[in-house]
This record gives sequence, C-alpha cells and structure tokens, in this order.
Amino acid sequence: MDLSREEQEMLDGKYGKATKKSMEIITTLGEIYGAERLISVSSVQIAGVSYHNLGEAGLEYLAGMAEDGRTKVLTTLNPAGMDLVEWKKHGINNDFARNQQRVVDIFNRMGVVTTCTCTPYLIGNLPHYGEHIAWAESSAVCFANSVIGALTNREGGPSALAAALTGRTAEYGLHLRENRIAQVKYEVQTKLEDTDDFGLLGHVIGVRTGKEIPYITGIVSVTMEKLKSFSASVATYGGVALFHMENITPNRTLVPDRTEVVTREDLDAARMTLDDDEADIDFISIGCPHASIKEIARVAELLEGKRVAEGKTVWITTAKPTKELAIMMGYYETIENAGAFLVSDACCAVAPLKERFKGLMTDSAKACFYARGKNKFKTEIRSIEQCLEEAVT
Amino acid sequence: MTRFKGRRIFKGKIEGEALVTGDDISFFGGCDPETGEIVEKGHELEGKSIAGKILVFPTGKGSTVGSYVLYALKKVGKAPLAIVNESTDTVVAVGCIISEIPAVDQIEISNIQTGQKIEVDADNGIVSIKGKSYDHPD
Repeated sequence: MDLSREEQEMLDGKYGKATKKSMEIITTLGEIYGAERLISVSSVQIAGVSYHNLGEAGLEYLAGMAEDGRTKVLTTLNPAGMDLVEWKKHGINNDFARNQQRVVDIFNRMGVVTTCTCTPYLIGNLPHYGEHIAWAESSAVCFANSVIGALTNREGGPSALAAALTGRTAEYGLHLRENRIAQVKYEVQTKLEDTDDFGLLGHVIGVRTGKEIPYITGIVSVTMEKLKSFSASVATYGGVALFHMENITPNRTLVPDRTEVVTREDLDAARMTLDDDEADIDFISIGCPHASIKEIARVAELLEGKRVAEGKTVWITTAKPTKELAIMMGYYETIENAGAFLVSDACCAVAPLKERFKGLMTDSAKACFYARGKNKFKTEIRSIEQCLEEAVT
Repeated sequence: MTRFKGRRIFKGKIEGEALVTGDDISFFGGCDPETGEIVEKGHELEGKSIAGKILVFPTGKGSTVGSYVLYALKKVGKAPLAIVNESTDTVVAVGCIISEIPAVDQIEISNIQTGQKIEVDADNGIVSIKGKSYDHPD
C-alpha cells in the first residue's frame, strides 16, 4: 500500500504510540481488503461505549490510547449505558454509573465530543453528500451512506477510534464508487404507514438481501424518522450498510434487473416474527435510533394529561442536545409529569437492563432484536401511538 | 515438515499446540473474557479453553466489541498464542493488532488437526506442522 511521508511517520511512531497503534490498525485492514492507499476522513462516530460491553480490559485499552492520542477530526460517540445526569432515577446502580463515567471521561480526554448518541447526524455531526467519513454504529452507517450519500464502511470501535486519532482510513469497500451499485431490486407493493412499518420493511429486506445492496421502489412518502427506523432495522437484520430508495436517496446507481416483491403479507409475517406470544408488557421504549425533536413533540402531545399505568416503565431515549431542546419547549415536563422518562445518552439496547423487565413494546424492529438477545425480554412492535396507549392503559 | 503459505495479519513467531474448529467464532458473547472458555451454545469448542493454544478457525463473526474480548484475554494471560484463519474478519484482525497476538490467514485449515504441534511465523505468513501430536503420539 502507498503511504504518504506523513502517514509512514505516523506508522513509525513519530507522532506517538496511540497514532502508531491506530496506523497499524488502519494499514492492516487496508491490506486485508486490498486498499491501494489511505484517504482522509473528516468525521468519525465511535461505538463501544457501554461499560457493560467494554469491560475493564476495554477501558484499559482506551486509557492507553488516551495517554497521547488526540482526535484530528470531528468525532462523536455512541450511546452509553445510562443517562449521564439523571441515571439514578432510572434505576442504574452506583458501580455501573461510576465505571460508565470513567469510559466517557477517557473519550473526552482524547477530544471526542462526548454526547452519546446513535444519531450523530441530528446533533451536529452531519456530513455532506460525497464526504468520506469513518463511522461505527450500524444504523448511522446505513443512514449516512444511503440517506445522506456520505461514504463509510461499517467500522468497529477500535478502527473508528483509529480513524479519529489519525484522520485517515483505508480506501476500500464502500469508499469506492464501484462497490456502491445496487444488486437487487425490491418492489414494495404496499403502502407503509408509521416508523414501525419501516422497521418491518427493514426486517423483510434485511433477511432476504443479506449483504447485497438493495434498490427499493414503491415508497411514495417518507420522513427522516422513517428512514432512520428503516436504516437501523435493515442493518440489524441484514448487515446492510447501503441501500438505494427510488426518488428518495441521492446516490446514483444502475437499477438491477433481478427483482423481488414485498407485499403486506411479508410485513405481517415480519410482525409475527417480532411479536412474542403472550408478551407481558411492562416496558415501553421509543427512540431506537434516538428520537428526533419531532418524535418527542409527538410523544409529549400523546402523553399530555395522561398517566403511565402502575407497573409500567416508559423510556423515551434521545441525544442530550435534543433533550435540552425538549426541556426548553416544555416537552420534557409533559412527558415526565405523565410518569414517563425522557432519557438521554442511553437506550434500551445498551443500558444494563437484563431481566429487569418481562416484555418490551416499541416502534423499533432493531430494539426488538437486542431486547430479546441481550436482555431476555419478550417483544411486541407497534406504532408510537399504540405504544403510548399501552403505556397509559 | 509441512508448510503452508498464507498472509500476515499481525506479526510474531511462536510455536504451540493447535486447537482447530470448523465453526466460526464470535468472541463477544461466545468466549468468556476471564477464562478463555468457549461458551457459545452448540459450538464445536463449547466448554474448551482457547488459552495458550494456537487457535485455528475459519473466520470471526458477531459484534465488533469482540476485539476487546481478545484484548481482555491477553491481559489476564488467557489469550491464544496465535490465530490461524481461512479468512480473517475485521473483528479478529483488530483484536489481534490491539492485543499483539500473531495471526495469519489464507490457510486451508482442514490441513491442521487439534493437538498437532505447529509453528506460526506471522512475519512471513507461514504456518508449519512440526510434529504429529501433543496428546496422542502414534
């Protein structure tokens, strides 16, 4: 692989050991995937933040990198296991909170903007079309590649950090235009309604397409929130990092001949898969990926003057800046007065909630996956309206 | 002595006993970070420890947090001595780099059997079978 003089010096250790280690990671991945050179990136999103997943060893690795590693480009952080301010009232224990804060402090020392969210594009880390970036967090990767038209591979925690500390990534995979061409066409023959429907569509296409890049037709109306829901689901169930949606997404592509159809029956079947029999719903969560201010406004409207039922817990999860906005607008007060929680920095997939609840109702297909696998909850997927109706009943 | 030429993933040269599986490995959730035991239900190596072995498997799978599990194993002295893959995925590659575990891929792993004494010369991408077996001399 061709390295510039500066890149070679980074690899040789002239810029310190964190830079050297980062360059080792980037060049090795480049060699594995046949990259010919490195390219500059201007934005990074790091995953691997929850203390629960990292453990003491992961934290030790990060602390080592923080000794002399500093971010070269705008870098934001994935959700943590708790609201960094209001964790206590959400039932997070002191030990976990202390360790989680240690992780966040280490990232902060490296110059990472430590607002913890899976939707960096909603809080100021918004690349432009055609921009090369290095993002972890599968839902954000899918959204950035597809909806925004930025270019990124699916990075892991350490490789995203390596990109942050060097401002480089290896040029392979989705950084190359020839690898971004659609491979199979999906004709959606039913009208989709809410975010939960888009999550179900993500499930149907994700399971069918695997790693093949989909070209989706038949979607007439979307919102940013629906695209966010679809991105998260199709990335979770299919490992999809890029999709094309006719007349909606900006990337140019050839249209594949091979065509599959998606019908209402397919979506119903996906819903059956995500709905557990006799799920005893005691936990309702909206905000996977993190809720937008528009979604929070809607939630506040639906909870106005209502009361969350005894024995039920409601988490609306979002980014800290969005929560601040919700406080300013009075949405926070409305939501919390109803007995629900507006939780920032965390989400129901990464918080230490294992076996704390029996059944989750959510509008997110992705949340169902983690609730079942990680937390051993039963799940039901419904629209935001239906979720909140369940909460107050 | 049989030699196979593959590709260096992370440098180093070491000799040890092979532990071979045809199943892919997910380090996060599939391997105990404190003991090195494979805990994934139904995995060919379930209940076996990878600590101190030359671990031979097709490729990695699962969460990218798996890289940190290899790092954790190294810290407590339970990491494999080296890793040999058919095709190293990014999770395992990054795990080997941050934990400094020698690794080679592009090796036809069906040529290697559990218990054989093998040498991994990652710098040159070479895996050599040095002896028949540690456990079952014939």
